[in-house]
Amino acid sequence: MSTATSIITTMITANFAFYIILALVMAVTAGIVGAFAVMRRLSVASDPMSHIALPGLGLALLFGVNPLLGATASLLVGAFIIWGLENKTKISTDAMIGVVFSLALAIGALITPSEEIINALFGAYSQISVAEFLVGIAVALSIIFYLLRQKEKIILSILSPDLAKTSGLNNQLLNLYFLVAMVMTIMLGLRYLGALLAGTLIIIPAVTAKNLARSLSSMFTISAVVSLVSVASGLALSEKIGVEPGPVIICAAGLIFVASLLIKKPE
Amino acid sequence: MILSVKDLSVSFDELNVLENVNFEVSPGDILAIIGPNGSGKTVLLRALLHTIPYQGQIEWKKGVRIGYVPQKLFIDWSLPLTLREFLNLKAKIIGTSAGEVEEVLSLVKLPGSFLDRPLAKLSGGQFQRALIAFAMIGDPNVLIFDEPTASVDTPSSAQIYEDLHRLCDQRKMTLLIVSHDLSLIYSYANKVLCLNKQNLCFGHPAEVLTPERLHELYGTPVKFYVHEHQFVGEGHEEGHEHGHEHHHHHDHG
Repeated sequence: MSTATSIITTMITANFAFYIILALVMAVTAGIVGAFAVMRRLSVASDPMSHIALPGLGLALLFGVNPLLGATASLLVGAFIIWGLENKTKISTDAMIGVVFSLALAIGALITPSEEIINALFGAYSQISVAEFLVGIAVALSIIFYLLRQKEKIILSILSPDLAKTSGLNNQLLNLYFLVAMVMTIMLGLRYLGALLAGTLIIIPAVTAKNLARSLSSMFTISAVVSLVSVASGLALSEKIGVEPGPVIICAAGLIFVASLLIKKPE
Repeated sequence: MILSVKDLSVSFDELNVLENVNFEVSPGDILAIIGPNGSGKTVLLRALLHTIPYQGQIEWKKGVRIGYVPQKLFIDWSLPLTLREFLNLKAKIIGTSAGEVEEVLSLVKLPGSFLDRPLAKLSGGQFQRALIAFAMIGDPNVLIFDEPTASVDTPSSAQIYEDLHRLCDQRKMTLLIVSHDLSLIYSYANKVLCLNKQNLCFGHPAEVLTPERLHELYGTPVKFYVHEHQFVGEGHEEGHEHGHEHHHHHDHG
């Protein structure tokens, strides 16, 4: 009996550790992706971008599949839609994202089972299997590794596609890889933040960092740290007061942003 | 030939921006591209860089390394991007030696102390030099220079021409330059391409830049007096001193 209890306790503890570790790694990923997104002027777009996870989540729940698988599928489709339309049409990316992805939210809300809708929108799938944990960590580390390795190429391609081209870069491919990195980061955040707020963690720390940093490299560091602190304090606080973590994390990030406005940028 | 362009046409949304442009560039040439606003000068450069779709032929000699100096960058100026970080982008991408950033900076006569300044804190002229430094990373043998219309004041633009000329001599570079300054073209270019959707003229500045041609190109009479001795290349300063040289560019549309 006591052995069984201790096994269960160990499992719960292990699960909780997985939950926390993945959250912190996700936070760093979101901070770094966010710094690029702000450079690419996608900061406004990353929020509605996360909404496209909802139809996938809803369909997966309806058919009894792992909801994160459904969300990942629809997010990847979303990344390709943005990429394709950006290459084919002249509509600005954010205008398009505003239309397509807000529509996705509406459709997703219709098909998601009503008892699941709050979880889907605000997160709280706190049960993590070992497989999910490992996949999550692998995805997060690959995103960080890719972005830091290709940092110069991605930045130059954002700053000036023409200069990037004359430096031998393929802008379209870099753009696609970045969009995939961005939606995968949103996917990592879904568990904690839900479809409504997963994109927000990409925005707020990065904008805070832009406000404080004096160089691009410090912008990346500050963004990652702000995101990490927001998630850590948000998780701790939500545990303590017994509410869903997502909104608390975003409020923490928001508070740090407001504080950054009060700090005068060193000249 | 380092570049040969045949029947080049570019259209956006079925609107022809360039039609049947033909010209050739030899190694060591300084080719000036002139024309009124909206005549397709920047579009031509972008086609030459293969950054926009086009019809016709653009043939660069094998092994050509192009440095491109755009008119401006459409970037968010509130980004905390330092000059060092900007130049390092290209240095790291093409994998040049660590010392090259300092080297190109001295080529364009910017002090090393500027490296840690944010790009947004550079003046128009300094930023243009930073763009030239960026283009010079990787030791290009062709420099494509899109002159900004208004951001650089005239004395510093004359200085930049002189520096470009010196760079081309030192580094045996071919220079393609979009220019608005006819007097400087007389001093430095050995070929000129007049563009107004089509190429209206192509040849040596002294031969093709007749008042009639300029009238045709810009649509209004262009006051532009040049002394015979200016064609040999040194007359520019003198022309200025005597006040004989005027150039007007007219904006239509």
